[in-house]
Amino acid sequence: MIDQTIIWPVIIAIGIGSFALRFMFLGPVGRTTMPEWVQRHLRYTAVAILPALLVQMLKGPTAIDPDARMIAISAILLTLLVSYVTKNLILATLAGGLVFILYTQIF
Amino acid sequence: MTTSSAKNLFWQGFKSGVPFTLVIFPVGMLFGVFATEAGLSIIEALSFSIVVIAGAAQFTALQLMIDQETTWIIVLSALAINLRMAMYSASLTLHIGSAPLWQRALVTYLTIDQSYAVSATKFANDPHMSRQDKVIFFLASALPVVPVWYIATLLGAVLGYGMPSWLSMDMALPLVIAAMIGPMLTNRAHQYAALTGTLVALALNMLPLNLGLFLGGICGMIVGTETERHSFKKQTIQK
Repeated sequence: MIDQTIIWPVIIAIGIGSFALRFMFLGPVGRTTMPEWVQRHLRYTAVAILPALLVQMLKGPTAIDPDARMIAISAILLTLLVSYVTKNLILATLAGGLVFILYTQIF
Repeated sequence: MTTSSAKNLFWQGFKSGVPFTLVIFPVGMLFGVFATEAGLSIIEALSFSIVVIAGAAQFTALQLMIDQETTWIIVLSALAINLRMAMYSASLTLHIGSAPLWQRALVTYLTIDQSYAVSATKFANDPHMSRQDKVIFFLASALPVVPVWYIATLLGAVLGYGMPSWLSMDMALPLVIAAMIGPMLTNRAHQYAALTGTLVALALNMLPLNLGLFLGGICGMIVGTETERHSFKKQTIQK
């Protein structure tokens, strides 16, 4: 499925990059200055990008089978709702997964 | 400070981290299972968790690898998700920036959402903690979480290695990612950021190089920060 040759480069690159991000201010002892207003933006990258990633999954080239798209969207929305209300990742995944499996098995 | 204070802070930190184990374990297992199902070896899956220690970035990279995205886009996307780590770094420098390099390096490696969250709260509530105590507390708070992440990934990877992929991988990963988003929507700022990211990515979906994703991220960041700024202003005015 995945191109085997890129796995290690990806892991190492993300590892080094993440360490660099975490070390950015702690390492050079404040030598790296970033204006405070820029810093405040960093808090929101994950919460903005993850939904964008979901959108891409639904519409991209290797996306979900178009016939199943409506049920896929419904399952995802259900998962979102459950995870928002319960803050429980496993429960939310199971809820959406169950709905999706049931629907595709029955129809 | 005295040894008893050090031990005290250690256990406080450790106890603060323990509640997260409940979530970290199943999520770690999920990652292990998905990673091996997607074609990673057990070693590769485990290494991923050891080297990165960041679930959202790891799952994102996995999905993008499955989507056959180009390598540097996969890496940039995952790092974009981890940008908040730089913010954590800036915040932690105020407290432990003067610590010896080896301690700072250790703190850096163990900077995760959980250790940062409990430590930031603790440092704010106890402003008179010594730098030494802060380091001890921080490291201790990561102790219940990080090894569990490794072990859970390993278990999941071993489990998933032999398992036939009857789970619709197409849907499984998007569902997990959707499940991660819910708990992040803690206040208006985060909610609007998520909404903006979604809408922009939808509108700009046709752009190459995953630009829709990054632009969605940038717009979402801006909206989130502005919302935070305005609600803060409203709060201070009301006072």
